[in-house]
Amino acid sequence: MLSIKNLKASVEGKEILKGLNLEVKAGEIHAIMGPNGSGKSTLASVLAGREDYEITEGEVSFDGKDLLDLSPEDRAREGLFLAFQYPVEIPGVSNINFLKTAVNEVRAYRNLAPLEGKEFLSTLKDRQKLLEFDASLANRSLNEGFSGGEKKRNEILQLAMLEPKLAILDETDSGLDIDALRIVSQGVNKLRSENNAFIVITHYQRLLEHIVPDYVHVLYKGKIVKSGTKELALELEEKGYDWLKESQAELA
Amino acid sequence: MSTDLEILNQVEAEEYKYGFTTDIDMEILPKGLSEDTIRFISSKKNEPEWLLEWRLKAFRQFEKMELPSWQNFEMPEFDFQDISYYAAPKKKTQYKSLDEVDPELLATFEKLGIPLTEQKMLAGVAVDAVFDSVSVATTFKENLKELGIIFCSFGEAVQEHPELVKQYLGTVVPSTDNIFAALNAAVFSDGSFVYIPKGVRCPMELSTYFRINAQNTGQFERTLIIADESSYVSYLEGCTAPMRDENQMHAAVVELIAMQDAEIKYSTVQNWYPGDKDGKGGIYNFVTKRGICKGDRSKISWTQVETGSSITWKYPSVILKGDRSEGEFYSVAVTKNKQIADTGTKIYHIGKDTRSRIISKGISAGNGQNSYRGLVQVGPNAAHARNFTQCDSLLIGDRCGAHTFPYIESKNNTAMVEHEATTSKIGEDQIFYLNQRGIDTEKAVALIVNGYCKEVLNQLPMEFAVEAQKLLAISLEGSVG
Repeated sequence: MLSIKNLKASVEGKEILKGLNLEVKAGEIHAIMGPNGSGKSTLASVLAGREDYEITEGEVSFDGKDLLDLSPEDRAREGLFLAFQYPVEIPGVSNINFLKTAVNEVRAYRNLAPLEGKEFLSTLKDRQKLLEFDASLANRSLNEGFSGGEKKRNEILQLAMLEPKLAILDETDSGLDIDALRIVSQGVNKLRSENNAFIVITHYQRLLEHIVPDYVHVLYKGKIVKSGTKELALELEEKGYDWLKESQAELA
Repeated sequence: MSTDLEILNQVEAEEYKYGFTTDIDMEILPKGLSEDTIRFISSKKNEPEWLLEWRLKAFRQFEKMELPSWQNFEMPEFDFQDISYYAAPKKKTQYKSLDEVDPELLATFEKLGIPLTEQKMLAGVAVDAVFDSVSVATTFKENLKELGIIFCSFGEAVQEHPELVKQYLGTVVPSTDNIFAALNAAVFSDGSFVYIPKGVRCPMELSTYFRINAQNTGQFERTLIIADESSYVSYLEGCTAPMRDENQMHAAVVELIAMQDAEIKYSTVQNWYPGDKDGKGGIYNFVTKRGICKGDRSKISWTQVETGSSITWKYPSVILKGDRSEGEFYSVAVTKNKQIADTGTKIYHIGKDTRSRIISKGISAGNGQNSYRGLVQVGPNAAHARNFTQCDSLLIGDRCGAHTFPYIESKNNTAMVEHEATTSKIGEDQIFYLNQRGIDTEKAVALIVNGYCKEVLNQLPMEFAVEAQKLLAISLEGSVG
């Protein structure tokens, strides 16, 4: 589904991603871990198409298409979703209106008829029920005055409504208490299927107890330096990143 | 990233879709302003002697007055002799039915989307359309007549209800108020007149559509609305003009009078031609609007969405004379390219327990300059008067400007006056967030701006709120790259 080859990206002349390779297939969950400043969030932003980053080398194909060639909105319409680490507030824009606009933009791109009033509301209700979210979030202004937990839940609600092929969760666990973490994780687990895939970016093994990954990758200095299964996350939790940094230093 | 520079380079005049002219045989008075001009207009309209005298008095005052200098922009030089003060579609100026109206003219209003035709009347909006100087059609008049409501052109009101016109004309905006009001009093050619009798709730929105068509003309319409005791009326005006390289003058006067327990809701969607991206052409919109809450518990509410004109200079005001009367001002003003808006309100708290609410949302893009100018005055007898003011500015790009000039004068220590102000920018983060959900940048900006203006748009009658939302989206097209 997603194939990243030798991806290099820089921001303001500074190279952050230095030849990154990653293959993600439908039905898989990949966790990306790594120390601060290793390029995890940059990877998420580059894939979503944030223009602050310059791609200097490499290619990314998404479902057979050249992802880097698409505008951010077309990437979204093709089925790439980014759950933001810091969802922005947009005052006065009702969450429901926003969701409906987004859903129908994506549907139009896929040549599907727009979901109108009743139909849309019943879909929204279903999704809220599935996620065990209460309905109050949908009636408020988009992220305005939401708590950290509410913002993250709202990201998952959007994920559920847009039904992307690939969802990237960028530190979705940051700022969540244990209960919120469980609710959000359960939501993700209910949404996973044979046909979609997740990239879960996190600092903590804790999240991976709830969302169990098929693969764990360690990103360090802009490259994936080690890949393994969920046991790797446990090892990292125990040993930290220093042993990996050292082995990298030896390689250099 | 869309840098500010890129954003600004993309701030271009989107095509102004109302910029067509209509080829109609017009009767146009040569340029120039003198007592003869005024006599001509007055006789053309078959006016009574008292009205001619009133006009002439205003003209003599006008000649002694000077242009204001307190506004936050450089006042353009006006050559009042270089304007034609009367332009009217030839043929008869009195139309008995729509069938008599020049089909070209009807086609124009059709293009503007005004519900003039029979079929559109079903939409339930009564319309008075003023084309250049003359009111060409007032729909629904008969239905309204049954309720005792008078809704007609100003000229017609002078002929048929002279006693009402004489009683109220100039009582809220005296001709000495300012130079533009004096000019209007001297040369006004038409406008709308509304009278709602005691206890009547006007069952439909009343609406006037103003259109400047002829070249080198000014438009000086006058609107007078009287809501008698315990009555209610909601009134909307819309305006457009063709694209021309030279500036055109629009100096209107609106007077509202609300008696005891009456309510007037006055909404404006102003979309005069704003000039091109270099600031060439466009309408100079110098308008004086004021209402008086004469009776106890009366209410006047102004709502305006201002997206057009090269210069907008207007301060719809409310005099809260009656005890427990209420005044409101809701405003969205958009400036882009080289547009200037200096707008706001004045609220005079005179009666006891009077309340006012001011919500102003300024949006500046390109080189646009947007000023909020407001006065809240509490008189010595206005015990327990309350005001809440919120004025917010939204900036798109870094070459535009937002300014606020709030004045508060309170002479009563039981009054409560609150003022809140914010300035913000449309963030690239907000746009990217919406992009990432499949929403393109144009739509994202429209969504953000409409969210920002929601409090004001909510005040508009539903169908006009939808129009205003679209207009905002169109006005800001291309503002963000």
